[in-house]
Amino acid sequence: MSQQIQVSGLDAYYGKHKAIEDISMTIEPQSITAFIGPSGCGKSTFLRTLNRMHEVIPGARVEGKVMLDGEDLYAADVEPVSVRRMIGMVFQRPNPFPTMSIYENVAAGLRLNGRHPKSTVDGIVEESLKGANLWNEVKDRLNRPGAGLSGGQQQRLCIARAIAVKPEVLLMDEPCSALDPISTLAIEDLMAELKSRFTIIIVTHNMQQAARVSDRTAFFNLAGQGQPGRVIEMDDTSRIFTNPAQQATEDYITGRFG
Amino acid sequence: MTAIQRISAGRRFKDRFVQSLVYLSFAIAVVPLVAVLWMVIKNGLARFDMEFLTHSMRNIGAKDAGGGAYHAILGTLEQVLLASLISIPIGLLTAIYLVEYGEGTRLSRAISFFVDVMTGIPSVVSGLFILAFWILALGLPFSGLAGALALSILMMPTVVRSAEEMLRLVPNDLREASYALGVPKWRTITRIVLPTSFTGIVTGVMLAIARVAGETAPLLLTVFFTDSINSDPFNGPQMGLPLYVFDQAARPTDTAIDRAWAGALTLILIVMLLNLVARLIGWWRSPARGR
Repeated sequence: MSQQIQVSGLDAYYGKHKAIEDISMTIEPQSITAFIGPSGCGKSTFLRTLNRMHEVIPGARVEGKVMLDGEDLYAADVEPVSVRRMIGMVFQRPNPFPTMSIYENVAAGLRLNGRHPKSTVDGIVEESLKGANLWNEVKDRLNRPGAGLSGGQQQRLCIARAIAVKPEVLLMDEPCSALDPISTLAIEDLMAELKSRFTIIIVTHNMQQAARVSDRTAFFNLAGQGQPGRVIEMDDTSRIFTNPAQQATEDYITGRFG
Repeated sequence: MTAIQRISAGRRFKDRFVQSLVYLSFAIAVVPLVAVLWMVIKNGLARFDMEFLTHSMRNIGAKDAGGGAYHAILGTLEQVLLASLISIPIGLLTAIYLVEYGEGTRLSRAISFFVDVMTGIPSVVSGLFILAFWILALGLPFSGLAGALALSILMMPTVVRSAEEMLRLVPNDLREASYALGVPKWRTITRIVLPTSFTGIVTGVMLAIARVAGETAPLLLTVFFTDSINSDPFNGPQMGLPLYVFDQAARPTDTAIDRAWAGALTLILIVMLLNLVARLIGWWRSPARGR
């Protein structure tokens, strides 16, 4: 179900400004990979290049290759919309659709992409909400608006919405930065469960979180203001946090800068 | 260390002073509104009856009592409906282009500029334009449609502006959330962006309709006058409520003046009814209701 991602020589631009440069990495299936690094170093930009969300911003473009199980996502004849169906995304701020109920939010990906019999949708909604550990809290009020839930519940609703379209990969852009510690814990537990079904990539500013949840960690940094961000080091999480190869990584994780 | 201070007499006075200014300006702003409503209701009720609502002015002599505004009500409704049918789709699509597709392009800046220019067009000019273009140059007859065209020139920029503002209020997060689910852009617009801004767009459209429903000058030059019922807006002169009020108020008899007031009352009621409908639609679609 989940697949390997191989990135080679990837640059991303906003207009003339080069935001990230020459990124190459392999992300293994059924694992959690964390991206850490100071603000503005291109972690989120890189994450968004993985499902072709980067180019949604006017003037933004990408050079290089992203291979999902051997297929180049940036090949000329690839439909970006289909890439996004295979690689789901959860954003920093919970963003349920305000006009839709809890049920409709989870079903949105299915319903907006075609017709499905109600029984199928019912099944997938229940399965996805259970997958996002939200079912027990909302099963009696599926027709209430999604925006009426608490922040942590909204974020799990967004995760349920993302996994309802059955992607191969789940990208999470600082999914817990707007949440309290209890909700954060709930989401971290959820990620550990989802790992068996998806390849998960998470951007986080919380190094404890990266250390807790991820198998591999990539440290991003930039040489200076206005310079493009690069991957300084990528390794097993335990190694990055105990014995990093680069001095810059050690300085960052020990809090000496950033 | 600063000690806790009492509110000084001077500040207390300033507070009271500004507060009374605020209340005073509110009262002054309300006076004309209440006065207009009071005058129209008081004077309009005299002739606001079934005969007024169901009869035209056909065969009503200059000094006769009776008669009604049925032909004018019908004309106004048809003209406003036609104007809406023309300008709402064009205005809405323009707004969608400006917000969703044309952001920052030269074309969209040009469109924005001309929409602003159109907003400032005096209503009589739009009437003159249709008179010169539609009736004199193309040789087409006075008709409700000609009036509707003149009204839609006034309505379109209002619809574009208000819809544009409402579309811009839709957070980009929602568009991105939809794209991330693999939803194409056009469907994101029709299924996420438009429903989210629906209530606001309806309100804006209703304000635009209310604005043109009371326009007199463009109708004067394009639908002409008639005292008879003409239910076909594509052929021959029609009447409109603003024209009716204008016409009756200019006559010297008390019966005509009463009809003019009743016509004004009817126009206000129609606009109020439209606003009520807009509120109802807004309430019915509002996410907060929980459905």
